[in-house]
Amino acid sequence: MAMLQRLRTRNFIPPADAGVSPLCVTGLSVAYHRQLALRDVSWAAPTGGLVAVVGPNGAGKSTFLKAVLGLVPALAGTVEVYGRPLAQQRGLIGYVPQRESVDWDFPVNALDVVTMGRYGMIGWGRRITGAHKRAGMAALDRVGMADYARRQIGQLSGGQQQRVFLARALAQEARLYFMDEPLAGVDAATEQTILAVLRELEAEGRTVICVHHDLQTVAATFDHVLMLNRTLVAAGPVATTLTDANLRLAYGQRASGLSLLS
Amino acid sequence: MMEGLPFAAMGHNTAMVLAGTTALGIAAGTVGCFMVLRRRALVSDALSHATLPGIVIAFLVGLALGVEGRSLPLLLLGAAISGALAVAAIQAITRWTRLPEDAAIGAVLSCFFGIGVVLLSVVQALPAANAAGLKGFIFGQTAAMRSGEAATLAVLALAALAGVALFFKELRLLAFDEGFARAAGWPTGRFDLGLMALVTLVTVAGLQTVGLVLIIALLITPAAAARFWTDRLGIMLLVAGLIGGLSGGIGALLSARFQNLPAGAIIVLVAACFFMASLFFAPARGLLARTLRRARLRASLGAAR
Repeated sequence: MAMLQRLRTRNFIPPADAGVSPLCVTGLSVAYHRQLALRDVSWAAPTGGLVAVVGPNGAGKSTFLKAVLGLVPALAGTVEVYGRPLAQQRGLIGYVPQRESVDWDFPVNALDVVTMGRYGMIGWGRRITGAHKRAGMAALDRVGMADYARRQIGQLSGGQQQRVFLARALAQEARLYFMDEPLAGVDAATEQTILAVLRELEAEGRTVICVHHDLQTVAATFDHVLMLNRTLVAAGPVATTLTDANLRLAYGQRASGLSLLS
Repeated sequence: MMEGLPFAAMGHNTAMVLAGTTALGIAAGTVGCFMVLRRRALVSDALSHATLPGIVIAFLVGLALGVEGRSLPLLLLGAAISGALAVAAIQAITRWTRLPEDAAIGAVLSCFFGIGVVLLSVVQALPAANAAGLKGFIFGQTAAMRSGEAATLAVLALAALAGVALFFKELRLLAFDEGFARAAGWPTGRFDLGLMALVTLVTVAGLQTVGLVLIIALLITPAAAARFWTDRLGIMLLVAGLIGGLSGGIGALLSARFQNLPAGAIIVLVAACFFMASLFFAPARGLLARTLRRARLRASLGAAR
């Protein structure tokens, strides 16, 4: 209990004008068995804003997210959050895993899942108090799921499950969010809700890094883009980075002629 | 002699056995829920089978040290050590190779159990060693439970329950979404270790009673049965503890009434009865309720046409 509380109090956010990036990745490489999945990625995230991580299938987008979070072991590289090693700054991080990564038949309801986002604030071995349940309800309300709080999660649709995952991340009250394909396979209403929440997070000065599969919607939604194809292809503001030349570099010839910015 | 008598007139030994096996069943049912939900049911099977070489080696160590032939704490310590080694081996294999976990479990389980069986026959051939009691660990024996052993079982059960109560939300998070927990900075490795420690505690406690071949059933069957009754984890834990405790108690009473029946197998069969009843008749997720719901829906579909 003491350990986690210590972690939280150690979390440090420098003043906004100090120019310290919310996420600074240096020389990150990841190997799966015999192959390098990611080679030598160095990148600093902009402060505040929505960043799309794009690239073809197997480009290492999810691997990048997981390696940054320490969920898969990195071969080399360092990760700093607001200028300090990630291990000291875990309380500043929010995470939305891929929906398929959990068993949705698990015996919990939507509110149980969302309050999991508060456990870091509650501490080990302590009960979940009413205040944390109210915070969970508020997060569910933000994604339009308040009416489903007591539903077993297996009875929710795929889009609703994705919204529950987003609500859990909101309940974390993080400064820096990592989301793994939050818009994959969701219905139109869910997509609108999630996009609206992403813009709210941006307006609140938080940074959101999203693995995103749909190139067509990148320009309309995100400010920045990180293009990967087993290594860093390009990174920067969407308008100047998502160019035909870079797309060809990332996706090969297939992508040429896609006028994504029109 | 005491057949058919009410509880008050029950022999002291039977009362002790009843209390001990009930406590064991409650603890096994509760802890087992997290193994079922983490899809780790077979890991606990490997753990229990892997206790055999530890038991025999501990017996040999005791013999060499001149300890009284069958020192229970020493044997259980040996059981816990070799069980833990097997779990560590499974985790190392799945972490460092591309072998899937079930294959690693199969390889490790059979390897440890094979070593145990070989060692056991070697020890039984030793003229000096009075190894007759060792076989009891394989299929269990409740008839000879002393009051001290029953009290130990009760304490172990309470410790397991306290662990689950204290770390309920952490164990729930670990079982549901380990990646999220790790991203948030939770020491998931340590909680995993704690859960395995609880399972080892229950397994070792149950070795004498239920035996190492069948203890898996007492860990998994009540939890699997409880899942049919509810969609809430807290209630599932209570139902599993209840089913486990009833199985232990009823099984012990039955085996006291019919002296020639092995207690461990009877306890497990009682648990299996609860499982079958839950599978068919549980109102939340049972097959009968499901069939009725579908029939009703189909009927309403017909009426709407």
